[in-house]
Amino acid sequence: MSIQIVRVDKVTKTYRELTALDGVSLVLEQDKIYGLLGRNGAGKTTLMSIMTAQGFATGGEVRVFGENPYENEKVLSRICFIRESQKYPDDFNAGHAFKSAALFYRNWDNALARQLAEDFQLPMKRRIKKLSRGQLSAVGVIIGLASRAELTFFDEPYLGLDAVARQLFYDRLLADYAEFPRTVVLSSHLIDEVANMLEHVIVIDKGRIILDDDAENIRGSAVVLAGRREAVESFAAGRPVLHREQIGALVSLTLDGALSPAERREAQDLGLDLGPVSLQQLVIRKTLDVGAAPGSGITPAPDPTAPSSTRTGASR
Amino acid sequence: MIDDSKPIFRQIAEMVENDIVDGRLAEEAQVPSTNEFAAFHRINPATAAKGVNRLVDDGILYKRRGIGMFVATGARAVLLGRRREDFYEQFVRPLAREARKLGIDGGQLAEMLARERGGQEQEGNAMNQKEGAL
Repeated sequence: MSIQIVRVDKVTKTYRELTALDGVSLVLEQDKIYGLLGRNGAGKTTLMSIMTAQGFATGGEVRVFGENPYENEKVLSRICFIRESQKYPDDFNAGHAFKSAALFYRNWDNALARQLAEDFQLPMKRRIKKLSRGQLSAVGVIIGLASRAELTFFDEPYLGLDAVARQLFYDRLLADYAEFPRTVVLSSHLIDEVANMLEHVIVIDKGRIILDDDAENIRGSAVVLAGRREAVESFAAGRPVLHREQIGALVSLTLDGALSPAERREAQDLGLDLGPVSLQQLVIRKTLDVGAAPGSGITPAPDPTAPSSTRTGASR
Repeated sequence: MIDDSKPIFRQIAEMVENDIVDGRLAEEAQVPSTNEFAAFHRINPATAAKGVNRLVDDGILYKRRGIGMFVATGARAVLLGRRREDFYEQFVRPLAREARKLGIDGGQLAEMLARERGGQEQEGNAMNQKEGAL
């Protein structure tokens, strides 16, 4: 069931002064949909470039289908990498792009490509250079889906696509994946839109992996607790706090860690409100507060009278 | 619909259970396939499968090879039994808590419940009479 497709071991990438990836290790398993999430500049595209042999690591090791992917035709023909700003030859139209893809990808489904082109209302004869941003994204999305590569990367594939077109992409991805399971890595900022499709989530921040877990383990792994300050603080004492907000005598804390049914009852008996934390909120909390000094202006300043134990999460 | 409060596979399992308790899914009826659940709720098929398989392990659903999943005979009674056990925690406690907050005492609460039940019984009687007339 859990066959390893990709193994990244202590991979580092530096550009002169800048460390883009800092000792990244991860495993991608067969036939799962992964979310690779993180802020701009966190290292998502660099990491995907290295996994697809389009970029070189400064240190560490990468194995794809058990082999070194660099200039390895056998491995590369099984990988499809849809870049956010994919370049095509100047005189290419979408039809040319699909024909080239058909030559390269052995599982290419031409009927699916045609159907998707129709669904996305993509002009097939217009030169790609002349397409709108959304139409250009549609070309990439169609190649990514119709290639049916065993390992497919979508790096923010939705630029310029409106909400209807994005939903079309998600629906077609799920439908085709259900019929032809494969390993998919989806890098996205629109976390709420893709969260329910992901089986596994990897969050990268400042070149390091800060979260690597099944989506179902993450769901419910944090909770928002709101109510009168004393009650909230006494309940939260000793628990890691990801985020705090305050208005008058009311405090709202995002706690890291699930609550047991008994703890939920205890909180409710204290008159506290409990709320869920979405994957998007969790990623924001974890990537905003990591390394951010309390009171740096990004998050509301913590109450200086609050017990310091409730702020441990913010300083991690 | 799917929310962020708990794992999706549990939400899928609970939705199917609800449909069985409500009678929307009769015993021995076929339940949708995991891919149908995935497409309808826009969730990962592996997650949908996990929710359905949990009900299979639980004896609520059973598999017929190559055909699909079906509601087991007796599933509704099992689920009703569990729901009644959970009723106090899920409904009575929050009700009592809110009543306390609003200063509604035990007698008033009992009176309200009696009134609600009375209303329901009247509706029920009216329906029976209608059915009788037909």
